[in-house]
Amino acid sequence: MHRNLGTEFLHVMQKRTVVKILLIFTLVFNVANLFAKEPEKEEDGGQVNTKSQIDTYIEHHLQDSHDFTLWSDGETGAHVGFPLPVILWDNGLKVFSSSKFHHGETVAKVGDQHYKLDHGKIYKTDAEGTINYDEHHHATNVKPLDFSITKNVVTMLIVGVLMLLMFGGLAKSYKKGALPTGFGRVLEPLVIYVRDEIAIPNIGKDNYRKFMGFLLTVFFFIWILNLLGMTPLGVNVTGNIAITVCLALFTYFITQFSANKEYWKHIFWMPGVPVLMKIVLMPIEILGTLTKPFALLIRLFANITAGHVVIMSLIALIFVADNVYVMTPISLLLTIFISVIELLVAFLQAFIFTMLSALFIGLAVQDHDHH
Amino acid sequence: MEIPALVGAGLIVIGAGIGLGKIGGSAMEAIARQPEATGKIQTAMIIIAALLEGLAFAALILGK
Repeated sequence: MHRNLGTEFLHVMQKRTVVKILLIFTLVFNVANLFAKEPEKEEDGGQVNTKSQIDTYIEHHLQDSHDFTLWSDGETGAHVGFPLPVILWDNGLKVFSSSKFHHGETVAKVGDQHYKLDHGKIYKTDAEGTINYDEHHHATNVKPLDFSITKNVVTMLIVGVLMLLMFGGLAKSYKKGALPTGFGRVLEPLVIYVRDEIAIPNIGKDNYRKFMGFLLTVFFFIWILNLLGMTPLGVNVTGNIAITVCLALFTYFITQFSANKEYWKHIFWMPGVPVLMKIVLMPIEILGTLTKPFALLIRLFANITAGHVVIMSLIALIFVADNVYVMTPISLLLTIFISVIELLVAFLQAFIFTMLSALFIGLAVQDHDHH
Repeated sequence: MEIPALVGAGLIVIGAGIGLGKIGGSAMEAIARQPEATGKIQTAMIIIAALLEGLAFAALILGK
């Protein structure tokens, strides 16, 4: 009897929770529908499709570009920013300013060759600027070798110079005395943090010194670039997969070239297991050395890209909303909230990258005597 | 019928969420039991969370 009552009660309660959850869901969806405007028909009667415009804007932001545009005016077509040098290798070196492209609108004539921008890439073309596409909407024109100083390259160069000045100053200040002066006082605890929290626990007291240069560089490089990505400069360097691939390759090669005999033994002929197991484990271990840096590069790339997309999408809420006066404060609050989280992520990703690099190096150089 | 890619993304996020919840929960318990080891536990927690995150992101990007 009691039991029946109990189950009955539970049943009613469960029903109530389900009803409550459904209610909340309908409420949330209705509110969301209230603010979401139907997308305008594409180029219908002079009206623009706001959603696809936002999509292209975000896509454009995530990509590298040949000019440093701070902002542009959609109505007048004016771009505020500065052009960057384009360096091409196409039967000889060709150097010209990216202002010749007029932000991808015109064909650049260099010597007797014509070049045109399509989705941020340079293609060879004729005087009319025709670009042929295959069935996947990829351009089939010839691509010259592109060594241009793009937006990402400029940003990386600036960060490099900045780091050289910052840490050069810190190093120089130790000649005068044990205490650093000026901005070095801010940097010293960070350097010590990387040494004491990242390098020594993972690599070990005996071997860590050799790798401090790499770990410190990678830590501050990623951190400063992540932070620059949050400024209105609109740079997205660590959210570019080519750059994270390069950073991960550094970790990979440093790990492989500093590895000791024990490390290779554990990869090719795992001690302490039956022979059959040794043969099975060998390809897995070799694959394992590759998946480690792969996870490293994907993590950094995806985290930063996701952060940029989320922030831009939240700002874009203003433009798809029916009632701008209601949506603007909501969008602003959400953006500030996510931005604060992104500040944390900027540090965390630099920390994780350095930490895991140190861990992989540590695995390769440590003695495995305890087995 | 083709299953949309977003369903896969949702599944990945559910899996990653369960994993992160377990890591965070266990770390909380461990910290409550041994508050003096907070630093070490946090570092280990972040490493595991990062490995899980890398896996989830790899799945999301490869599935796209």
